[in-house]
Amino acid sequence: MADLAYLIPALPLAGFLALVVLGRRAGDPGAGWLATSAIGISFLATLATFFELLGQDAHHREVTKPLFTWIAAGGFEVKAALLVDQLSVTMALFVTGVGTLIHLYSVGYMKGDENFPRFFVYLNLFAFSMLVLVLSDSFLFTFLGWEGVGACSYLLISFWFERDTAATAGKKAFVVNRVGDFGFMIAMFLLFSTVGTLTYKEVFEGLEGVSHAAIVAIALLLFLGATGKSAQLPLFVWLPDAMEGPSPVSALIHAATMVTAGVYLMARVSPLLAEAGGALTVVAVVGAVTALVAAVIACAQDDIKRVLAYSTISQLGYMFLAVGSGAYIAAVFHMVTHAFFKALLFLGAGSVMHGMNDELNMKRMGALRRWMPVTGATFIVGWLAIAGVPPFSGFWSKDDVLLAAYDKSPVLWAIGLFTALLTAYYMGRQVFLVFFGEERWRREERGGVHGNEPSRGRPEERSEAEPPAEGEHSEPHESPRLMTAPMVVLAVLALFGGLLNLPFEKLKFLEHWLEPVFEEAEHKLAPGVEDLRLVLALLAIAAGVAGIAIAYAIFMRAGRIAAFEPAVMKRGSGGFDDLYSFLVERPGRAIANFTAFVFDARVVDGIVNGAASVVRMGGSQLRKVQTGYVRNYALGVTFGAALLLGYALLRMGS
Amino acid sequence: MEGLSVLTAIVLVPVIGAAVVALIPRSREDVIKAVGLTAAVLVGVAAISLVFAFDANSSEYQFVSEASWIEEFGVSWLLGVDGISLFLVVLTGILFPIALIGTDPHRDVKAYTAWMLVLEAGCLGSFLALDLLLFFLFFELTLLPMYFIIGGWGYEKRVYASLKFFLFTLFGSAFMLVGMLALVFLSAKGSDPLTFDIRELAERGALAEDTARWVFLAFTMAFAVKVPLFPVHTWLPDAHTQAPTAGSVILAGVLLKLGTYGLVRFGLSLFPKAAVDLAPVLLTVAVIGIIYGAVCATMQKDLKRLVAYSSVAHLGFIVLGTFALTTQGLSGGVLQMVNHGLSTGALFLLVGMIYERRHTREIAELHGLQRSMPVMAVVFTVVMFSSIGLPGLNGFVGEFLILIGTFVTRRWWAVVGTAGVILAALYLLWAYQRVFHGTPEGDNAKLTDMTLRERAVMAPLLVLIVFLGIYPQPVLDRINPSVEKLVEHVEARGGYEQPAAAVNGAEGVREEHEKKKAEKEEAKKEETQRRLEEFKGAEDKAREKARSGE
Repeated sequence: MADLAYLIPALPLAGFLALVVLGRRAGDPGAGWLATSAIGISFLATLATFFELLGQDAHHREVTKPLFTWIAAGGFEVKAALLVDQLSVTMALFVTGVGTLIHLYSVGYMKGDENFPRFFVYLNLFAFSMLVLVLSDSFLFTFLGWEGVGACSYLLISFWFERDTAATAGKKAFVVNRVGDFGFMIAMFLLFSTVGTLTYKEVFEGLEGVSHAAIVAIALLLFLGATGKSAQLPLFVWLPDAMEGPSPVSALIHAATMVTAGVYLMARVSPLLAEAGGALTVVAVVGAVTALVAAVIACAQDDIKRVLAYSTISQLGYMFLAVGSGAYIAAVFHMVTHAFFKALLFLGAGSVMHGMNDELNMKRMGALRRWMPVTGATFIVGWLAIAGVPPFSGFWSKDDVLLAAYDKSPVLWAIGLFTALLTAYYMGRQVFLVFFGEERWRREERGGVHGNEPSRGRPEERSEAEPPAEGEHSEPHESPRLMTAPMVVLAVLALFGGLLNLPFEKLKFLEHWLEPVFEEAEHKLAPGVEDLRLVLALLAIAAGVAGIAIAYAIFMRAGRIAAFEPAVMKRGSGGFDDLYSFLVERPGRAIANFTAFVFDARVVDGIVNGAASVVRMGGSQLRKVQTGYVRNYALGVTFGAALLLGYALLRMGS
Repeated sequence: MEGLSVLTAIVLVPVIGAAVVALIPRSREDVIKAVGLTAAVLVGVAAISLVFAFDANSSEYQFVSEASWIEEFGVSWLLGVDGISLFLVVLTGILFPIALIGTDPHRDVKAYTAWMLVLEAGCLGSFLALDLLLFFLFFELTLLPMYFIIGGWGYEKRVYASLKFFLFTLFGSAFMLVGMLALVFLSAKGSDPLTFDIRELAERGALAEDTARWVFLAFTMAFAVKVPLFPVHTWLPDAHTQAPTAGSVILAGVLLKLGTYGLVRFGLSLFPKAAVDLAPVLLTVAVIGIIYGAVCATMQKDLKRLVAYSSVAHLGFIVLGTFALTTQGLSGGVLQMVNHGLSTGALFLLVGMIYERRHTREIAELHGLQRSMPVMAVVFTVVMFSSIGLPGLNGFVGEFLILIGTFVTRRWWAVVGTAGVILAALYLLWAYQRVFHGTPEGDNAKLTDMTLRERAVMAPLLVLIVFLGIYPQPVLDRINPSVEKLVEHVEARGGYEQPAAAVNGAEGVREEHEKKKAEKEEAKKEETQRRLEEFKGAEDKAREKARSGE
């Protein structure tokens, strides 16, 4: 059964390999279509697997599909194997589903790029790695996918490598993630030394023999890994810079799929977290605080994509808040709806850039809905979804998260609620600045705009490669159908995504589907909290409406777009970059410089060379003899060795 | 054994090749190159065929070739291969032809080719020798050709660098020579005759604990210089930077492994107790090397020097795994010797290709090469990720086994070692960014991409890098039995036991857990029994008292 499951990761892998072999010959748009069909068929295979599982009894929907032994030595053995269950199939469904739409969009978006085939090589490799991450049956095989998506993220962020900012952002993403990976790796070491295996199922079965302290440590170390990949405090600083990558990359990797890997990992190890007590509170608090901090920073961003980046960090914070509250199903629900609306928003932002000659500053936009009706309409759907306006999908999932948070602690709930208000505000600000108001882009000479700050679209010389028909547009224009069609589909999903799990007993499809996976870990709401749902929901709606109203009041009045936006919030990562530079980078650099050029070159080398210098001091004549001596000695030993070898050969004959 | 065995042939083919090269007139460079390459390829083919003929289920030395040599002293021509040396021989067999095809000495091809072949014989002999004296001779034999190669075909400071290399290694060797003689003569007690056969010496374990420790340190000194371990590593950056490309490839790929191989083969098997006792010291030095090498690499301005320092860090991992004294640590260490040879060898080849075009190794002078050399950029990226230890490529498998194998016995050493993994990403990605990213100007913009020949040279390395990352099991299957045997030897002689997880995984942990539980219950039972008896005794006493009171 479920042999189709093999195809799910195999198809993007095959696409990747085919594109590598074809190289430039795959061409534009050939490479794009090949990659899109690879992941498209993978989506169909996932659907088939899903229906196959659906046909099974609820408690027999977990199948392990072994492939081969990957690494084994002594008592350590890790197989490459797939774990097909409700959770992994849910993840695979939206990874391949949203992935296919974004691949499709990319065929249009990347049109004319000099390295068009290379882009799709990376995209398919990413899809493969992500599916390995999700479908793996062991920590280590998941780690393979985990690092694979990280490498693809690096390659795609620095895709336009000529730009220094892009190159730096790619490196930063990888290195910051490595800090998280350190936690993931130590967690695996601890698991192996306390349980003796890295397979999920075996680990959960062997937990009873493990001390509570070790379980808490493992949970926190895994969470450290998650804060890297899912951009949470204190490791979130790489994600805003990751916006240097092409917009489809931001949508696929840095919004919908890869950054949710940390949340997925937490959900996957829910039986372990259930035993970890206090560690869950840490997860909840970090999630809530990250949600708030990122939302605050988002309020001051002028870059259309950076707003969305901080918003992603903030929404991921909600998911961790849910996980920390023991509401795994709510976390997964929000992950899915977020994938819909955030991918949509990023594709919309990409479409705006496409139509605005790679303009990024929202304060130089305005009234674009008239020029880009489809982009405008779909973007507004995404906005209402993220702002938590019913009946859009975000409302339902955020509602579940907040309810669970309330049960955990009213303080966490209050942070979440305030964040919801901020979310509605900064997204309202974005929509009003970009799609409503005045046509501010008319005011300035385009050349002047580009002269001041580097554009983050494709590099300058690339624009020339674009078809002249587009280049001639001095005014914004709607994107081609290839790009708008995926946006429309995502808009529909963002609108109706809530249907997956409506808060009425018979309509909790996702909950019923996922229940067996989280059976033991899912926290049951305290009696009476469920009754508060309506009240809390109304408060959340009020917060959302308030946020939108404030944004409207500020940004829809002509000439009043300079709201209260402190300069520090506009700095890199809202000032965190400066802080880390002060705490880590500068001292690190000084220490490394000292070690490499003073300590190693003078002290260590000096002392070890000391003996030689002492000999040399014997006299200047000796120096000549000394070099000669070495050569003589060398020749002597050669002769000696040759003689011995010859002797050996002679003796061997006898 | 009658006639020539395959191992003897493997060692002798390069020697014969060198002799033939010596007879060809200097002007016939093409013939010299052809002969040199033929000899190296023959060895490579023979080495690879060994893998297929090798019995993967055996932990014993195979294809043993033995001929008595100096009977009075128990010295013999004794070669053999087991899982620990097998892939090092293969690595040597693969890297030498690649180094010969992939680089151009530019002058005096004859001497260069001859020295390379002698060097190959020395490396192979060192990995295959089971006789201590024979090992020592081969070990020393590698020194000269490398000295001449660096000094003769190297860059601006080649004389200083080659001399430094020579003196450092010689310094270490002196210790080994003394240690070796001490070991051999002290092992010949009573009816046991003199022997240099390491199998016999390991079996005897005749040295007193104190003596063994000193002799172990003497051997370790020689190997530590070769690896190199902090603080005797300073010859390496100079030697690497100044050596011609082929020299760097072989130095990093093969020669450094003589040090780590020596620690495994001689350090652990001849002095198990000393190795167990002194493991914390070596682990600490290894961990220092990991962090220190990485920190130094980060700030280097010379691309070749950067790769050289990264070797210090990588070799630190191998020593870490070795002295973890677990199956995982050692298997990972042995595998990592091969992995490091492939990826660092490849890195040096790539840096050499850049040097051939730009005549500089300065990172600051290079910029935006990805634009002018896209294929080179792809190859460099793959090799870089292998060196960083990205899962799916070879470096990760060894590194992970080393770290997990260390963690189960020496938790904190492994934690610090893992931090080195973060730094590896930092220095390599930063170097890559400065060299390959950006828009190239001037000379950097006019470079030709990798030639067909260069691609052909890199292809086998790339294939192995990917293959060993995804499916390392055929290799590990051959390494594991020998490593398990070695660890058992250390356990039996060193009074030490691997943790349950390292031996038996989940089952081991469960059994141990149950054993502990049973012990606890047993203790509890005894305790209740004791209390019950105590109580009974008291009761009896009271009763007696009462009775006597009556």
